[in-house]
Amino acid sequence: MSKFEFPPSIRSRPVYGTLEVRAGKHHLMIADAAGAEAILDVATPDLMAKTHIIYIPRGADFEDKLRALNPAQFYEGPSYAASVSRIQRVLQDASMGLQVYLTGTEGLMGQAQNEAMQAGIPHTAIQTEHRGSVARRMQCVHCKGITEDVETDPFVCSHCGLNLFVRDHYSRRLAAYQAVCIDAEDPGNVPAQKGIYATETEQ
Amino acid sequence: MTLQFNDETFRDDYSFHNSERAIKRFPFPFDKDSYMYVVNMEQHRGGPSDSIYEMRFDVDEHYVSEMRDRAMVLADDPLRCQSLPHMTLAGWDLLELIMVSKSEDYPDLFQLHRDGDKWHWINKPLGIDDHFTFMDETTLPYGPMEYITRQTQGDFCVLDQRDDNLWMDAGTITTQADWSLDFDIGMNFFEWHAPVPLAHEKGIFVRALKFLLNIQQGAPARRLNWTMTVNPLLDTSPENYHKWGIQKTSLTPENIGAKQHLRVELQTFFRLPRSNALVFPIRCYLCAFQDIVSVPKWGRRLHRVIRDLPEELATYKGFIDNRPMMLDYLSKFDDGQDTSNGIWPELDSEPPLKT
Repeated sequence: MSKFEFPPSIRSRPVYGTLEVRAGKHHLMIADAAGAEAILDVATPDLMAKTHIIYIPRGADFEDKLRALNPAQFYEGPSYAASVSRIQRVLQDASMGLQVYLTGTEGLMGQAQNEAMQAGIPHTAIQTEHRGSVARRMQCVHCKGITEDVETDPFVCSHCGLNLFVRDHYSRRLAAYQAVCIDAEDPGNVPAQKGIYATETEQ
Repeated sequence: MTLQFNDETFRDDYSFHNSERAIKRFPFPFDKDSYMYVVNMEQHRGGPSDSIYEMRFDVDEHYVSEMRDRAMVLADDPLRCQSLPHMTLAGWDLLELIMVSKSEDYPDLFQLHRDGDKWHWINKPLGIDDHFTFMDETTLPYGPMEYITRQTQGDFCVLDQRDDNLWMDAGTITTQADWSLDFDIGMNFFEWHAPVPLAHEKGIFVRALKFLLNIQQGAPARRLNWTMTVNPLLDTSPENYHKWGIQKTSLTPENIGAKQHLRVELQTFFRLPRSNALVFPIRCYLCAFQDIVSVPKWGRRLHRVIRDLPEELATYKGFIDNRPMMLDYLSKFDDGQDTSNGIWPELDSEPPLKT
């Protein structure tokens, strides 16, 4: 699957790279959906012997291929929410030099990065690679509710029901982009929905 | 002079008003007839008598009412005041800085008595008389930053300094120009300024950061910033934008002089001694267009600045839709005469408006 090229953006927006193997005794890889392909791309028998993979398929079918890599530990979770306590537990035991690799959707990478940061790993030391859906995790600035997997701009807040537009301003702490009411100055005048990247101008 | 505190509101019936004195000392932000971002920093070491620059923390006629408005905002939304766990020491630094400054600068309004770590703080305008132990949070009704910023006009960002950057790790933000502390907390200098147009490309933030990282104890700095607000609304937060945004459409040629306010921020920067944090107070001053144009120099200049402002900035500052109506109003106060350099009103030397 070809990788999506995100358009240039503002300084708070995360920039993702390409996973590469780094030296270390322990490796933690957290992925969802098509992120499995990024793991398959870097996996070697030597690396996998020291790697714990946490994978959330979200409908994708990579379990057999990932298991076939023979990672030191493998867990497949039904959702991020179901997996997060396990991720926290693993990070609690992390020793100096643990290498963290995050890949898949922005929502998965952002949330897992936040857990790693809370465990004391600087965000600049965490590798990320975006794969798959370009949907965003959005925080409504008004009610503070998070709407997952937003693909259109504008969208309706899943908590308070306001019509929100999608900003590029991003909070690592919340692992979310900011969403702001689009029709505050002209209630009811909501533009037609389009894909977030339908035009690359005016984000 | 003895300060008389206004009994006024910044919401609902908007009874906020500026006295003649407050208009004359309003920090008009344009030192020439055009505006573009520059790193406009200067030392914050006093200024002309009775100007907003004179004291370290200016206390004016709006003090008591502004503090009442802040308490209402915090009651509605406690997330407007947050401090990450490592910032408590900086909160004590800030409390000390403000208590010492105010008790020295306004001894008739504020008193601080210190006996070792046993402190006694008297705030006469707000009727506060508290004994507490310095550095012991259990002896105050709030954390130290919240306690003192509930008693001080202006928003407060408390910035941690590490990795050659500044981090928005604590603050009390209830009079903001449309940005969210709850969203931005934990961000670095470049990240929380990310949405600002043009200034990144001009290298403004790189130079400003370099300047701020080097601010020393006892040598605070300041700058002015500005935007526009319809109605004297202090809480122009993104959190409540779905409630106040509609007010921007309430301007008419008849009410614009009274309703449209120039909103000026006096931003100051103080190094804090124990934590090495930087405190960044953002003090908001509001002035109705009809009061600004009572100063001939300001009327002429405001018209020229708003007329010639790049579209990106008028959009970012949120008044692009109202700009034509503003210009219709302001053009009546611009007779084309020259203006003197600098921000001061120069009421004695500038010519009156030609009619």
